[in-house]
Amino acid sequence: MSVKIRIPSPLRGFTNGADIVETEGANIGEVLNDLKAKANGIEPRLFKGPNQLNRFVNIYLNDEDIRFLKNLETPVKSGDEVSIVPAIAGG
Amino acid sequence: MSYVLGLKCKECGHRVPVSPVHVCEQCFGPYEVEYDYAAMKGKVTRESIASGPKSLWRYRDLLPVDVPVTGFNSGFTPFRKAKRLAQVLGCSNLWIKDDSCNYPTYSYKERVVSVAISKAVEFGFDTVGCASTGNLANSTAAHAAAAGIKCYVMIPHDLEQGKVLGSLIFGPTMVRIRGNYDDVNRLCTEIADKYGWAIVNVNLRPYYTEGAKTHGFEIAEQFGWKLPQHTVVPTAGGTILPKIYKAYQEFIQLGLVEDNKPKIYSAQAAGCNPVVTAIQKGVDIIEPQKPNTIAKSIAIGNPADGYYAYKVVKDSNGWGESASDREIVDAIKLLAKTEGIWTEPAGGTTLAAAIKLIQSGRIPKDESICVCITGNGLKTLEAVQNDLPQPRVIEAKLSEFDELLAENEAAEKKASARAEPVGAL
Repeated sequence: MSVKIRIPSPLRGFTNGADIVETEGANIGEVLNDLKAKANGIEPRLFKGPNQLNRFVNIYLNDEDIRFLKNLETPVKSGDEVSIVPAIAGG
Repeated sequence: MSYVLGLKCKECGHRVPVSPVHVCEQCFGPYEVEYDYAAMKGKVTRESIASGPKSLWRYRDLLPVDVPVTGFNSGFTPFRKAKRLAQVLGCSNLWIKDDSCNYPTYSYKERVVSVAISKAVEFGFDTVGCASTGNLANSTAAHAAAAGIKCYVMIPHDLEQGKVLGSLIFGPTMVRIRGNYDDVNRLCTEIADKYGWAIVNVNLRPYYTEGAKTHGFEIAEQFGWKLPQHTVVPTAGGTILPKIYKAYQEFIQLGLVEDNKPKIYSAQAAGCNPVVTAIQKGVDIIEPQKPNTIAKSIAIGNPADGYYAYKVVKDSNGWGESASDREIVDAIKLLAKTEGIWTEPAGGTTLAAAIKLIQSGRIPKDESICVCITGNGLKTLEAVQNDLPQPRVIEAKLSEFDELLAENEAAEKKASARAEPVGAL
């Protein structure tokens, strides 16, 4: 199953500048694992421990924050889009 | 002279030079401006500050801006003793920091925007923008107009009319986005990435947030170079609360005020209280929420700096309290009737939370308390329009007026017989 992951600019150094990376997997955790394999060095930027995202990393499946879904266990299907979004200040 | 050393990640300590970046490339944490406090000693003094302009730029030595381009009349808002409100609440030393009259768009946002837009010009951007719940959009649009630069404001689609018109009048390009603030926010990070604009609360965030310190500096200076023991602050994205604390700590470090261990309290609407929930549970993970409250200006369910708001409250031995929509409206009316200040629901939230903290004994009634009012009620008529009496229409005859007066007096007598102190005012 092919899932697109949108890469924000602070992380494009790990993807040769690409803003989208095609990944495979059945849930968010799996596609992020695939991203780790495809973007060498990105892992510690996203994860602080096994299956534990850094505090300021927000992951969206299509338009929904995965914390409103099943976090890393959230299932994905072909054609879904995953975004990695840094937190921003209030307004 | 500038005392800025550079940017430092609040999470992992990674340092980078001053530039329009906001996210640490190492850990995704937020960058914060780092200053050379040792060099400030003896140079940044009560006298040097007091001799500055009567605006937020009097604290320029503690801000990351070389050449201010806007905000010359912003900040330095009233700090007032709230005697009549204190009487109702049974307090003896209650103060209001009143940004409801902050110039030119009547909210605390003038502070952050003045710094961010000055910095944007310094960096050479020709377009600024923001993701906003309304107040930030108003302020960004006004200051961009004054500075003569292009402006895009992105807001949730369902904001109050006053907040929408209050931006449009300044001529920005406004985009209303279907979704809540957190959706707008996410889109703006992608826009900043793609178009290379200065989005004040995205890629200028390290500079923007520093502007919020001036609210705290002013409290300390206007209180007579001392700190209130208790400061109650609204929490949305979590910018201003940690920055008020930082302002207090900077003044302590520079020897400008005595360290009385000031406590900071977070106020949120019950319909959007991820930070207060974490504080009350004592867990440092901020669970995001879907906002549902009339306090739209603080309806941020996924607060970027929520963790830091939590941490400051815990480190300072403060607390957090939330208020229902009913309590928010009652507090707006109470502040208006006792102090003549009309605030928006965010201010109602802060006062309502302060009242609960005082009544529950978390904040002792006889100690110094500052309630931070950050926005103006004229922008949010919808919040109170169904809650105020309809004035009666009479003919232009003295006899009809006499009759009306007699009826009003009778009604007042009846009401005072019920002996309800808050309602009586």
